[in-house]
Amino acid sequence: MRTICFYFQVHQPFRLKPYRFFDIGEDHHYWDDFSNRSIMRKVAQKCYLPMNALLLDLINKYNGGFKVTFSISGTFMDQMQAYAPDVLESFQKLVATGHVELLNETYSHSLASLKSKDEFKDLVSKHQAKIKELFNGYTPTVFRNTELIYSDQIGAMVAEMGYDAMLTEGAKHILGWKSPNYVYVNSIEPKLKVLLKNFQLSDDIAFRFGNKSWDDYPLTTDKFIKWINAIPKEEETLNLFMDYETFGEHQWAETGIFDFMKHLPEAVFKQTNFGFSTPSEIASKTPPVGKIHVPIPISWADEERDLTAWLGNDLQDEAFDRLYDLEKLVNTIEDEEIQRDWRYLQTSDHFYYMCTKFFSDGDIHSYFSPYDSPYDAFINYMNVLSDFMIRLKEKSSTK
Amino acid sequence: MKVLMFGWEFPPHISGGLGTACYGLVKGLTHHKQDIIFVVPKLWGDEEPMADFVNASDISIDYREKKFKSIWKNLTYLEVSSFLVPYLGPEEYQKFTDYAIHDRTDVDESIFTTKYEFSGKYGKNLMEEVSRYALTGAQIARDRDDFEIIHAHDWLSFPAGIAAKEISGKPLVAHVHATEFDRSGESVNQVVYDIERAGMHAADHVLAVSQLTKNIIIKKYGVPANKVSVLHNAVLDASIIKSTYQKKVPEKIVTFLGRITFQKGPEYFVEAAKKVIEKDPNVRFVMAGSGDLLNRMIDRVAELRIATKFNFTGFLKGDDVDHMYAISDVYVMPSVSEPFGISPLEAVRHNTPVIISKQSGVAEVLTNAIKIDFWDIDAMADAIFALLHYKGISQMFKELGSQELKKLKWEHVAAKLVTVYEKTLSQKS
Repeated sequence: MRTICFYFQVHQPFRLKPYRFFDIGEDHHYWDDFSNRSIMRKVAQKCYLPMNALLLDLINKYNGGFKVTFSISGTFMDQMQAYAPDVLESFQKLVATGHVELLNETYSHSLASLKSKDEFKDLVSKHQAKIKELFNGYTPTVFRNTELIYSDQIGAMVAEMGYDAMLTEGAKHILGWKSPNYVYVNSIEPKLKVLLKNFQLSDDIAFRFGNKSWDDYPLTTDKFIKWINAIPKEEETLNLFMDYETFGEHQWAETGIFDFMKHLPEAVFKQTNFGFSTPSEIASKTPPVGKIHVPIPISWADEERDLTAWLGNDLQDEAFDRLYDLEKLVNTIEDEEIQRDWRYLQTSDHFYYMCTKFFSDGDIHSYFSPYDSPYDAFINYMNVLSDFMIRLKEKSSTK
Repeated sequence: MKVLMFGWEFPPHISGGLGTACYGLVKGLTHHKQDIIFVVPKLWGDEEPMADFVNASDISIDYREKKFKSIWKNLTYLEVSSFLVPYLGPEEYQKFTDYAIHDRTDVDESIFTTKYEFSGKYGKNLMEEVSRYALTGAQIARDRDDFEIIHAHDWLSFPAGIAAKEISGKPLVAHVHATEFDRSGESVNQVVYDIERAGMHAADHVLAVSQLTKNIIIKKYGVPANKVSVLHNAVLDASIIKSTYQKKVPEKIVTFLGRITFQKGPEYFVEAAKKVIEKDPNVRFVMAGSGDLLNRMIDRVAELRIATKFNFTGFLKGDDVDHMYAISDVYVMPSVSEPFGISPLEAVRHNTPVIISKQSGVAEVLTNAIKIDFWDIDAMADAIFALLHYKGISQMFKELGSQELKKLKWEHVAAKLVTVYEKTLSQKS
């Protein structure tokens, strides 16, 4: 059966507070509790709560015929527990229907897969444990890496960790003439299925939906159904991957995004031969068509679909390398706060704020950044890291 | 002696070192029982009452005075030719130019407002303010005939000094705290340069804050050497500051504090930091301040991969400045061109040993400091390392530096200034 796979990324970082040079060595609390809480509450009202309610209705209405998949970062789960127990409860209800799949990722939405296998594995198992704890023993079987970052090597590492499938971007430059609407396998470990995002149709919803200067504005369910029906008959899987905040936050309620989603399942059932599945169902039922070769890491970000949103300029590389210099030392210290800060400092968003690609994708970066400039982001992060290093040194010498 | 002095700012409302220097000088002169009429574009009312302050904004100008008209004619040229009026659209500019090019000596005085409200800032109307200030200078010189000599501080008040001299016939002393070459390197603003030059040549005597500045005045402005005297700055308070503020980091701290601009040589500090950090892990560099080169410095620090040992504080004010000096183990001022540079003396007051560039005026008065060429990053790194590790030398600098500081008093500077006044007056008569 032909099928649509909806996967939503649910993530919030722990943002750093303005941390001055004079705070180094004295103030060991780095997190901007006020803005982290208020952003969580704001997005909860605009997105998480109304969209979870809508999805629960749809799942109940179609009695499991409609299903969705989430990847919920560990930092998000921590923030739900601290600031939004109502949101946590609504996710728990969704998962309890049995028609919602959860994916595994790194606990703190980290870029560790690019740097350290040990740290990567550790963060994945911590994420797994957290899901188990909050969602009644649930254990994911499919993996999604931070920002859909994927390469042959990372895929092989994930296969080795026992996962059946992994999600990534259907980037043009790796697909060439191939279609993202098939199941592929990792080129090193063929037992790992690879599901590719159809970025055309995904981004029509996630990025272009409310854009009035877009030729296809407004996007109605009829129009979207027409595009789905235009997919060649032999192509069986349509992967619509996007940030969950698309609904109500990136695309405001006024754009009609909630109504669009409310009516989409019915239109799909009535006017197409597609159904809905989760990644694990697709991985187990759909035969793969071949290997996908990704020698250099890709992601779902920006026009380039590469890593340059987080790494590559001097600011980012310096911050990233200095952070992971600490890995060995951190592992020798059994201190809950050190371990927590170490995880939160790895969150990719910190490096995203340091991106200097001003002229093409800079506007979308600055929209998400709490800083005036990448330089401010760098200074603040390095001040915090300086303090963190001093703490590590002290802890390791008093042992 | 009664002095008519033109400044641009006066504490507590200051944006640069000029105001502080004027304050010290006036204080020193009153110590020697000199009377000062101190004119500033704008008075705020909370200045310390140690001179006869005149607020230029309060002065009514009588435009019927013939001499004013010729002064004004010269000044309108100045306004129009200025690059410092960046916000004029083409149409406005055309109007402005037509208005100014027209020979205005025949214009009825009623179209002029007789008073002008100065902002006293360094804003977009700077040139306009400078020329209006000159007119009020002329008016004051006419109204008050009780002074013997005119003293103008830096180019902003030179036109006022020149105008006052033209009206009164009294001698003019032009005091140079900084030149356009210090501020802008070789890419000087021609209008500013022209004003500086006119002021120095119109003056009966020129004061330079250092030998370094005197050399520039001779070489770049064509002023004869015997017309220029060096008058170093001093410190208001030479006492040692015992701060209770404690350092929170385990490393030793090496500090750069100042505007992060071409003039201050921040890039040499960064390069020297790299060399020191390679040898010594127990050191932390701090760049305090902001400026147009800040982002370039951040980029360079990241590129050199020393950012966990090199911090930026942004612009510091109030207590934070004192705290920064207090926790510093070495203070570095690598200025490319610094007419004087008061900040190393502040560091000495905090018992912090200093490294200063030979291209700074302060190097002429501070013996107990390490002096290096601003570009010699190896020497700078050596000096930093030595002051951090060899107790003998840093201890010696601490002790001798504070003794040396006690000799740098504004009273001494003022005493020298009085002899310059006297010499100038005697030459004139």
